[in-house]
Amino acid sequence: MTSAVSFQKVSRHFGSVRAVDAVDLDIAPGEFFAMLGPSGSGKTTCLRLIAGFEQPTSGSISIFGERAEGVPPYRRNVNTVFQDYALFPHLNVLDNVAYGLMVKGVGKAGRHKAAEEALSLVRLPGYGTRRPGQLSGGQRQRVALARALVNQPKVLLLDEPLGALDLKLRENMQEELKSLQKALGITFVFVTHDQGEALSMADRVAVFNDGRIMQIGTPEDIYQRPRTRFVADFVGSSNVLPPDFVQRYSGQHRWGSLRPESIRVSRAAGGEGVAARLVSTNYLGATTRLALDADGLKLHAVVPAGTALPAEGEAVVLTFNREHLHLMDEPA
Amino acid sequence: MSVDITMPRATAPAILPGSGGMRGALSDLFWRRPQLLLLLMLLPPVLWLGIVYIGSLFALLAQSFFSIDEFSGLINHQFTLKTYGDLLQAANLDIILRTVTMAALVTLASVVVAFPIAYYAARYARGRWKALFYLGVMLPLWSSYLVKIYAWKLILAKEGILTWLFAKLHLLWLLDAWLALPVVGGNSLSVSFTGTFIVFVYVWLPFMILPVQAALERVPGNLVEASSDLGASPGQTFRNVLFPLALPGIVAGSIFTFSLTLGDYIIPQIIGTSRLFIGQAVYSQQGTAGNIPLAAAFTVVPIVIMGFYLWGAKRMGAFDAL
Repeated sequence: MTSAVSFQKVSRHFGSVRAVDAVDLDIAPGEFFAMLGPSGSGKTTCLRLIAGFEQPTSGSISIFGERAEGVPPYRRNVNTVFQDYALFPHLNVLDNVAYGLMVKGVGKAGRHKAAEEALSLVRLPGYGTRRPGQLSGGQRQRVALARALVNQPKVLLLDEPLGALDLKLRENMQEELKSLQKALGITFVFVTHDQGEALSMADRVAVFNDGRIMQIGTPEDIYQRPRTRFVADFVGSSNVLPPDFVQRYSGQHRWGSLRPESIRVSRAAGGEGVAARLVSTNYLGATTRLALDADGLKLHAVVPAGTALPAEGEAVVLTFNREHLHLMDEPA
Repeated sequence: MSVDITMPRATAPAILPGSGGMRGALSDLFWRRPQLLLLLMLLPPVLWLGIVYIGSLFALLAQSFFSIDEFSGLINHQFTLKTYGDLLQAANLDIILRTVTMAALVTLASVVVAFPIAYYAARYARGRWKALFYLGVMLPLWSSYLVKIYAWKLILAKEGILTWLFAKLHLLWLLDAWLALPVVGGNSLSVSFTGTFIVFVYVWLPFMILPVQAALERVPGNLVEASSDLGASPGQTFRNVLFPLALPGIVAGSIFTFSLTLGDYIIPQIIGTSRLFIGQAVYSQQGTAGNIPLAAAFTVVPIVIMGFYLWGAKRMGAFDAL
């Protein structure tokens, strides 16, 4: 089966900066694909390469089997939901949504009807006569989504679309986007720096750093079995354990990772386990995050709220299930 | 005196005493009543503009409702619309029509020439190039208007550089053919309406470039990308996104180019034919002819035209985005 989007050794350099460096990527049709990474990691440049706003310095990009290098954005059946929505301020909501159809020459009645349907799809029926400036952030986000979807793109690109929304709205939109994608069956490529967002929404996640893909996999893969220290640290801030430490518990001299929720913390009573000191506690609502110091090694543990905790500064013993200790590929 | 910011100033009071004296009292007063300061700052310019400038303008306009006694040459201070009737004489109508047509053409040409320059400056010029752009646009404004016009007279003259250039390019026949045309032609460019037009466009161009550039600067780059993303070709993006969003700037610029052309009396005097423009008509009527009422009536014409122009621009929604 042809990939929806395929990158072969794609690089994009800006002067001496390698924004994207020899990236290989295959996104399946109908997939919800997330590109996750810190700012400046190249994920947005990858998105812009798919949209056609950037051209690769080298390598080849194909969209549904067709070569895309040198093809301008307006000839790609790919639409983008921009980070700050990029709604046209001089057009009302209906004409914003109908814009793509208008430039394709669809008549006024036809395009307004389609735009009205797209607005219902994002649950904004009847908002057509308003100006973008009169809408809230969440509503603008939906208009931007409707404006892209009305063109029935082969691939929908979303550039941190939820970044400007407050927490509650963001959670609602995450669910809506996910169900919308399921219902429409369009390939979604979603760029985010929020690992929670990527894990909860995507079928597969690519973790970017320094213009390269560190790991591609299902959210579970990425979360449970990070391959490198960077992925372990960036995706859900796992504890990264040095080879010497790992050797004591697994017998192998390799970097390891241990999820904060896999660590049990008990008062020091000379029991089995890693001797440590509780540095600080950080109350997060449902859980409490503990900062620990095990003989110079900084660790984090997450325990359910309401757990009886030792005082800050007290000596504690850490225990964990051996099988939760994950060995990483990265060479020691 | 060195201050150790890490030391809490235990002895400092929570509320500092006033600095005392006139200045301290004034500062406190203005802080409590900011409107008072505003009033003090605005009063002198408002008085100057409101009474001295607008007042004398109205004094002039009031003259247009008087008439001149054709035999004695004395002004008859009786309210009448006779002077406005005189405006409708064929010769005077000609002057008005000629000036309005010139102003419209100059404005149109300014838009066409200014847009690419403004677009480049707003979209692509950065750092040093941007400074160079501003310098290039503003520099002509800092030099004398008359010097620029006489420089153009030399450029456009029969022995001037333009004729020489056309000759070198073996295109003299084209220049001669153009000069042979009625209305726009003449003995040389410097004594033709074409010359007047060229100099008008040159002199007013900065007034068009700057507002258009400011308007384009406010158009976020991602709107252009969004338009392209939605399938619009560069031409469609220009028509549907860039042009409408730049329109307030174009209208602002056209108010300058249009009104300045309507009122100018020096450029057509130095470069052009002997046929008059409104500004020249005002100049000669109030000077040599001594017909102040007719000069005043001529002055009203650009004001009324600009009034309609602004009203039309507002109706077109040109100010919505301001």
